[in-house]
Amino acid sequence: MKSIIICGVGGQGVLTASNLLSDVLLEAGFNVKKSEVHGMSQRGGDVIATIKYDEKEVLSPLPSINNTDYILSFEKLEALRNINYLSENGVIMVNDFVWEPLTVASGFAKYPEDIIENLKKYANELIIIPATKIARELGNSRATNVVLIGVLASNMDINKKTWTDIIKKKVPPKFIDLNLKAFEKGYNYNK
Amino acid sequence: MQKELLSGNEAVARGAYEAGITFASAYPGTPSTEILENISKYKEDIHCQWGSNEKTALEEALGASFTGARSIVAMKHVGLNVAADPLFSASYIGTTGGFIIVSADDPGMHSSQNEQDNRNYAIAAKIPVLEPSDSQEAKEFVIEGIKISEEYNTPVMLRMTTRVDHSKSSVELGKRAATPEIEYKKDAVKRMLLPARARVKHVEVEKRQKKLKEFSTKFKYNYIIKGNSKIGVVASGISFQYARDVFKDAWFLKISMPYPFPEKLFLEFAKNVDKIYIIEENDPIIENFARLAAPEKEIIGKDLFPLNGEMMPDVILSTLGKKDLTPKFDISTLPIRPPSLCAGCPHTATFYNLNLQKVYVTGDIGCYTLGGLPPLNAMDTCVCMGASITVGFGIEKALEKAGKKIKQAAIIGDSTFFHSGITGLNDIIYNKGRSTVIILDNSITAMTGHQDNPGTGKTLMQEETQKIDIAKLIKNGLELKHTYEVDGYDVKAIKELLKRELERDEPSVIVVKRPCALLFKKAQWSPMQVDAEKCIKCNLCLKLGCPAITTKNEKAFIVEDLCTGCTVCSQVCPVDAIKFTDKHGFHIHDTSIQEYLIGGKK
Repeated sequence: MKSIIICGVGGQGVLTASNLLSDVLLEAGFNVKKSEVHGMSQRGGDVIATIKYDEKEVLSPLPSINNTDYILSFEKLEALRNINYLSENGVIMVNDFVWEPLTVASGFAKYPEDIIENLKKYANELIIIPATKIARELGNSRATNVVLIGVLASNMDINKKTWTDIIKKKVPPKFIDLNLKAFEKGYNYNK
Repeated sequence: MQKELLSGNEAVARGAYEAGITFASAYPGTPSTEILENISKYKEDIHCQWGSNEKTALEEALGASFTGARSIVAMKHVGLNVAADPLFSASYIGTTGGFIIVSADDPGMHSSQNEQDNRNYAIAAKIPVLEPSDSQEAKEFVIEGIKISEEYNTPVMLRMTTRVDHSKSSVELGKRAATPEIEYKKDAVKRMLLPARARVKHVEVEKRQKKLKEFSTKFKYNYIIKGNSKIGVVASGISFQYARDVFKDAWFLKISMPYPFPEKLFLEFAKNVDKIYIIEENDPIIENFARLAAPEKEIIGKDLFPLNGEMMPDVILSTLGKKDLTPKFDISTLPIRPPSLCAGCPHTATFYNLNLQKVYVTGDIGCYTLGGLPPLNAMDTCVCMGASITVGFGIEKALEKAGKKIKQAAIIGDSTFFHSGITGLNDIIYNKGRSTVIILDNSITAMTGHQDNPGTGKTLMQEETQKIDIAKLIKNGLELKHTYEVDGYDVKAIKELLKRELERDEPSVIVVKRPCALLFKKAQWSPMQVDAEKCIKCNLCLKLGCPAITTKNEKAFIVEDLCTGCTVCSQVCPVDAIKFTDKHGFHIHDTSIQEYLIGGKK
């Protein structure tokens, strides 16, 4: 059983990314369950989706403390917020991107300065990717999620074609090119 | 067989299609909303609609059942409180076409004001309840539920929970069943509940429940899984999945119909084990039946496990003392990221003014409940749908009797006003109140993800329809003299109108109009920027709580990507430091709202 957390801020495309990933896993022949929380979190709150997959039956769709294999975070603070789920051998992939919570902007709290140090402390492997920057260079910051999916894909043992096929199938036609480019950038980032 | 990864809500919609349902209704509410949204994909086969509230939606689906049509109604758990009246009558009357009532409960309260367990309603109303554990079952239980409903002459409750609604798992797709013949046949003895008839009906209902109890033991979705130990686990819903992750060698009794309780099956199961754990979310429903059935057995339930929250594997394990959940990193030190009103939200300016004028505000349920959070802090109460107007009115009258008066206003959204706000307004007019009611009309049911409502001019099936204009309804229908409309982006006009109407000794309604900013495409936004040289660090713009406004070197700074160009911050800026960038697209602010306005905005 493997489990993956995708997290970020409402509006960053976390749920779309998690849908792509689940479709890829299903296509690759795994049993898959995905959980997500809607509602209040769509309004600038933190968002988390969990995907669990296995060759055997998957039971609980939820993440367990100290038991998650990958955390893919669209924002730095959100990676740290979910750190307790990470297993000892876990890998964190984090977008090098800060989205200040309103509590910080309005002066009630401070954005922590030691996020990367803390992530390093608990992750077996930490990958930092300027995904939003890459997506902007490609012409659309909304492709950030697919750059990150590319990074995740390069760390997982699933045929690359399965990923690109699903992107072609699920993304609206006029965004396929952009998303395939974004995926490539992410896929090759760590190589 | 074709398989698809579906959420529980998508699966219920698929179930409605495959079961041959032809009528569906709902009032949106997280976590149930996507059920009807997905049923609308089958609009060629299923007529579907949003009701004004859960009560109207349930009654409409019941009426559809009277014609022989198979029908379904969906709502969140607290919605069933609103629909409880017809629910109890529907149980006595029974069904003609199969009738499913979906209750989406919210253990853990991800987006609700309480954690009620609606299986209690099934017991109180004496109707069977089914609890799916994943999407495949969610689909199948709609089909099974229709069969039970038609065979036993009863509405059937489908109790979903947030995790089943919003988790995706694979579902085998089947074909649509033939729909029964639809024809209304008069049958007043069956459907016209009068005391004399209801007395007879009640006896029939009790007989029905006895038969259903026998059925529950035979129901194939209530079943035993053999184990390798003397430990037994009884579980339902998503808790069944959680428990199987934890108790590896135990015997399992999977309960899919907790009421009527499959007593004989439970007793057969209990023979094989020495100790029974009952894992269910919220109330001890299964547990109470189990204890009654086998008082001598060692049963562990809510005496050990929590009555609140979700029963996920970590909770079960830590309750059993088998997992230490002490975090390796203390996340309570991290800045929280509470949900907030969006950049460009047309409610912001109203809350900003209410806060500045120090008004006591009775609030309601919708996006605008977020106006009660810092830095806007402009709400004192949030009780339930529609309660802003009535609770505020009660406060007003009690104070009046005591010879006191405070500056108070009730605030409610357009969809919530249609849901149950209008009845409160009748009370105010009828009982000679002087309340100020603010209706935030953003032309959509926004919080649940943009559903249409009687004020939007579109049906769930995306047909054009008559738009009910709230201000006209109140001014021309209720003949409330002091009914005003104002532009949600006009800070000064809102300020003056509030000041005037809060002083008035007669009832008044202020309809604040502006479509939800998220109805516009990002390409239509026209961001603004702060001239850092002009900014005097007064922080007034930051008091709007706009997600697009932050600080850079202690001065206000607008994140261009997020700014819609609503201009509210530029209106509160005392030194005129906020201007449009030269990136001109379409100005949200410039869209004319004159077409909506009656009687001028001031």
